[in-house]
Amino acid sequence: MNEQKIILDVKNLSVQFKTLHGLVKAVNDISFDLKKGETLGILGESGSGKSVTVSAILGLLEMPPAEITGNIYFDTINLTKISPKEMQTLRGKRISLIHQDPVSSLNPLLTVGYQLCEMLKVHQPGLSQSDAKKKAIELMEKVKIPSAKERIKSYPFELSGGMCQRILIALAISLEPDILIADEPTTALDVTVQSQIMDLLQELKSYSNMSMILITHDIGLVAENTTETLVMYAGKIFEKGPTEKIISNPNHPYTQGLIDSIPRDQKKGEKLFVIEGSPPVLTKMPKGCPFHTRCKMKKEICVNETPLLKQSNDSRLSACHFS
Amino acid sequence: MLVILVNLMENMKTKQNNKILEVDNLVKDFVLKQKFSSNSPGILKAINNVSFSLNKGETLGIVGESGCGKSTLARCILRLIEPTKGSVKFLGKNILSMPKEEMRQLRKKIQIIFQDPFSTLNSKMSVGKIISEPWAIFKDIVPKKDWDKKIKNLLISVGLNIEDIDRFPHQFSGGQQQRIGIARALALNPEVIICDEPVSALDVSIQAQIINLLKEIQSKTNISLIFISHDLSVVRHISDRVAVMYFGEFVEFGNVNQIFQNPKHPYTQALLSAAPTVDFSKKKEIKMLDKEPPSQINPPTGCPFHTRCLYKKDDCVLTKPDLIKIDNEHWGSCHLIKNS
Repeated sequence: MNEQKIILDVKNLSVQFKTLHGLVKAVNDISFDLKKGETLGILGESGSGKSVTVSAILGLLEMPPAEITGNIYFDTINLTKISPKEMQTLRGKRISLIHQDPVSSLNPLLTVGYQLCEMLKVHQPGLSQSDAKKKAIELMEKVKIPSAKERIKSYPFELSGGMCQRILIALAISLEPDILIADEPTTALDVTVQSQIMDLLQELKSYSNMSMILITHDIGLVAENTTETLVMYAGKIFEKGPTEKIISNPNHPYTQGLIDSIPRDQKKGEKLFVIEGSPPVLTKMPKGCPFHTRCKMKKEICVNETPLLKQSNDSRLSACHFS
Repeated sequence: MLVILVNLMENMKTKQNNKILEVDNLVKDFVLKQKFSSNSPGILKAINNVSFSLNKGETLGIVGESGCGKSTLARCILRLIEPTKGSVKFLGKNILSMPKEEMRQLRKKIQIIFQDPFSTLNSKMSVGKIISEPWAIFKDIVPKKDWDKKIKNLLISVGLNIEDIDRFPHQFSGGQQQRIGIARALALNPEVIICDEPVSALDVSIQAQIINLLKEIQSKTNISLIFISHDLSVVRHISDRVAVMYFGEFVEFGNVNQIFQNPKHPYTQALLSAAPTVDFSKKKEIKMLDKEPPSQINPPTGCPFHTRCLYKKDDCVLTKPDLIKIDNEHWGSCHLIKNS
């Protein structure tokens, strides 16, 4: 169990967009891997490059304007080298995605049953309508939608946000993918529904030994659901390692700042810790460490030299001159 | 004797004056479109007998799931939606029976900040114009020659730069846009600000900046805040008293320590246990809510929470629990509270 197989290996991935305002370096030379059965959390603020990274993995970026360099190995396939047609056969079947906004991810004019059946029939040509419907009901039961037989005729607007998210999960897991990418799966949902959805994902994952990438800006969610974590900022990885270590004892001042800025009971009434300023504009990246404009520990070296992601004492990596 | 009486009256007066906003048995029913098949129009009870008061300089937090009526309540207080029944008193005067012009004047005193900062700012107006527009409407607040100075003061007080005065909303980040919204709310020197999920759309690091800003403004101006959010940790941090709302009603109400350290209502307990934490040391006891909230068009009998409650008894299905006093200032509506 210790030496798990690496299923996804991202090597020196960079993504740039040519825009009218200049070159946007959305993802900047990042490398990480995902093992079989592992849940990896990607933590970062908006604009840190989380979603662009997974869009690159799924081949969802239009080129141009996007420019991708580096390699993404899935099993033995290099995802950056294959044709869009080949990518299409992998997408959904072996790597699938759950989006943030469940209601707008579904077609409002079609019943959820139709959408489930449509997807099953595309990937399994020759499947009869009645078999597809049977499979769709089975899937809806698997994601714990009560009275699935009736709900199959519902339109997305007739279901709550949590139920729509369950439909999306059913769509994503129907072909038993190796990797499930959840891009902010619960941001639009209530806390109570959020915990239901996360429990469901964990349960489905344990059945099939699926790997999962959980993208979120919610530190609590990462803490409770992942084993490994990446912290991203301005398109770079700032810290990487076991979740528990990163959150209980962060190495990087940015991670530390993020954790300190969450309101907690013992700090009631006090002023919250604040990371001053806001993230850099990606077309005008500062020289040196991208965080130096907001960092409290800033020294001369931070302005001049970009810190590399290096191993610190305990099996984790961080990109800071002082960690 | 007379002295005592005068003292007593004085006491009562200050006590009354301390209450800036009093909401009494507020009800809002939405009448639904009639369907062909049914002969009576459906009624959606969005707010059901909500009563509370807000003191000067106090922050009242309101938490609950989406659809529980938090935002409808905020809009009813401002009469952006006309309530069906009940009263809302601002400094002793009933807002709901006010004539139009008087109500318009009163809007100066109660302002609102919304969730999505960008869509609440007019994208074709510069920041200076956005902030000064209230003064163009209420001409007696700031004389025109002082506008420029006052705008700059406001910009500084919400942590923006003086040069931002000529910039447009799209040139700012989400956190900065929310600051502009706060500056606009402050322009009329309000006494109450209703914050409807003001930090939900913002990143954690920016969220902390806005919370600190609201706290700072409150300590300077002694303004009262109604803070609506679904994020329990934020509500805990900022509030003095907290109301937990479910199905259009307050199911638990008390000061922040009573609600968070000693929650009595099973719904409050479930909400608290569902929130993710970063403390690895704390073992989590999950009091999960498996089902979704019931339909508001066909409300369940008895306690509205009984369909999801872990401690459901026969009584819960039959009779609706009243909001009863548990402790000093701590109220809850659950049959279990009465029995314990």
